[in-house]
Amino acid sequence: MRAYAHLALAGFRRYSTYRQAMFGGLAANVVFGLLRTAVLVATVAAAPVAGYDVAAAVTYVWLGQGLLSFVVLWGETQLSERIRTGDVVVDLSRPWHLQAALLAEDLGRAAYAVVVRLVPPVAVGALLFPFRWPEPETWPLFAVSAVLGLVVSFGLRFMLNCTTFWLLDSRGVVNMYAVVSGLLCGLIVPLAFMPEWARDVLWATPFPYLLQAPIDVFLERDPQWTVLAWQAFWAVVVLAAGNLVLSRAVRKVVVQGG
Amino acid sequence: MVETYLRLVGARLRGQLAYRTSFTIEVIAQAVVQAIELAAITILFSHVTELGGFSADEVILMYAIAATAFGLADLTAGQLNELPTYIRTGSFDVLLLRPLGTLPQVMVGDIRLKRIGRTLFGLGTMVYALAHNDIAWSPAKAALAAVAPLAGAVIFGSVWVVACAVCFWIVEGQELANTVTYGSNAFTSYPVTVYSGWLRRFMAFVVPGAFVAYYPALALLGRTDPLGGPALLGWVSPLVALAAAVVAGLVWRFAVRHYRGTGS
Repeated sequence: MRAYAHLALAGFRRYSTYRQAMFGGLAANVVFGLLRTAVLVATVAAAPVAGYDVAAAVTYVWLGQGLLSFVVLWGETQLSERIRTGDVVVDLSRPWHLQAALLAEDLGRAAYAVVVRLVPPVAVGALLFPFRWPEPETWPLFAVSAVLGLVVSFGLRFMLNCTTFWLLDSRGVVNMYAVVSGLLCGLIVPLAFMPEWARDVLWATPFPYLLQAPIDVFLERDPQWTVLAWQAFWAVVVLAAGNLVLSRAVRKVVVQGG
Repeated sequence: MVETYLRLVGARLRGQLAYRTSFTIEVIAQAVVQAIELAAITILFSHVTELGGFSADEVILMYAIAATAFGLADLTAGQLNELPTYIRTGSFDVLLLRPLGTLPQVMVGDIRLKRIGRTLFGLGTMVYALAHNDIAWSPAKAALAAVAPLAGAVIFGSVWVVACAVCFWIVEGQELANTVTYGSNAFTSYPVTVYSGWLRRFMAFVVPGAFVAYYPALALLGRTDPLGGPALLGWVSPLVALAAAVVAGLVWRFAVRHYRGTGS
């Protein structure tokens, strides 16, 4: 367990090294937040839509802009690259569980992302626009929900990366995920805005649970405990599935050497 | 000279078409990127009848012009995203040694034909939007409909050049550049009346985003500008594009003069 704590700390340190890149990313977050706020506020200005008034819409946008870097909405290919080059053999022979080790590192990265990628956009949104702050008792629920969202996101990214064991080049799969995840997770438009059939389909998948769910908890939209329970369910499902995929993959790993 | 570039581009394209399945998937992925934005517009319009004073079909026309223009710009100027890598690894020095301009070399250096997916989706949507809006067609308007995406592409391309030139000074400037390039694509997909304050002033007029789709669409639709701009603005996009290209060329020259290798 201590080893994993150290890994989490290493993840935190590693990402805190790239400060310049961080500022660039933050600037992009904020500019897109401003653009998205304008469009969404124009939509709900005359009358609330699906329970979103101006303050809720603003909160939805800026929380989304912050959370997308916290949960990592796009697909990263770090593990995929190590599988492609064969370096993964080293990772697999270490005295750890690979999935748990990567999760620990991702938690460390996310802890750093709270400070530099989640709080600043939310602060900008709250300073510039009417903002919907939750009741005090919602804060701990939101924290749990955000972490569960991160775990679901990690689980999906881990499985995407593991496809490299079979595909050898999973860039196509990862890129496709990056393309559609924004819509499926509720980043681009609130899921509540979608037609009923689309909502029913999407809420039966893990995607909304990594972004829309924490936002819903913050906005106190649905019974929060139900949302958290579903998030926990999906977190377990995607982690277990990833574990299964990994153990199947390990049985077929052929070390290519070189 | 032109022949040299055509040969370079030809070689790139043949190379990419060699992997047909992978190429087809990537073209589709690019079209999906563009389609998602249209899905968002459609979803928003299922709850409201107007956005910034414009109907769904009118907004889709603006979106379509912007999408086609951005797709074309992405096809050529999109390579500039690789500039930081060129600078960091020192391969930019190689471009300086060749008897060709640095900017065209970067642009044709690695043309990604898969990006045609965006343009095709944009064009398809434009045909839909032109058919579904009430447009009093005239030869001048037909010419405008054809020229607007091209002028828009030049404007986007110029924005790309200026934004990426920042990378000559800031090594990690790519994300900042993306903010302006992809940000201006997002901006131009909606009527500028949706935005306000300095955000609108900057993105519509400093970065001349309003001339990509908004003003040409007003002219095509025969609508007056709710912001009080003269009707003439709908027809000046090619001139704005020309001015933007000149500025971009000057900025690029200044940046390259300033360039000193990374020494690695």
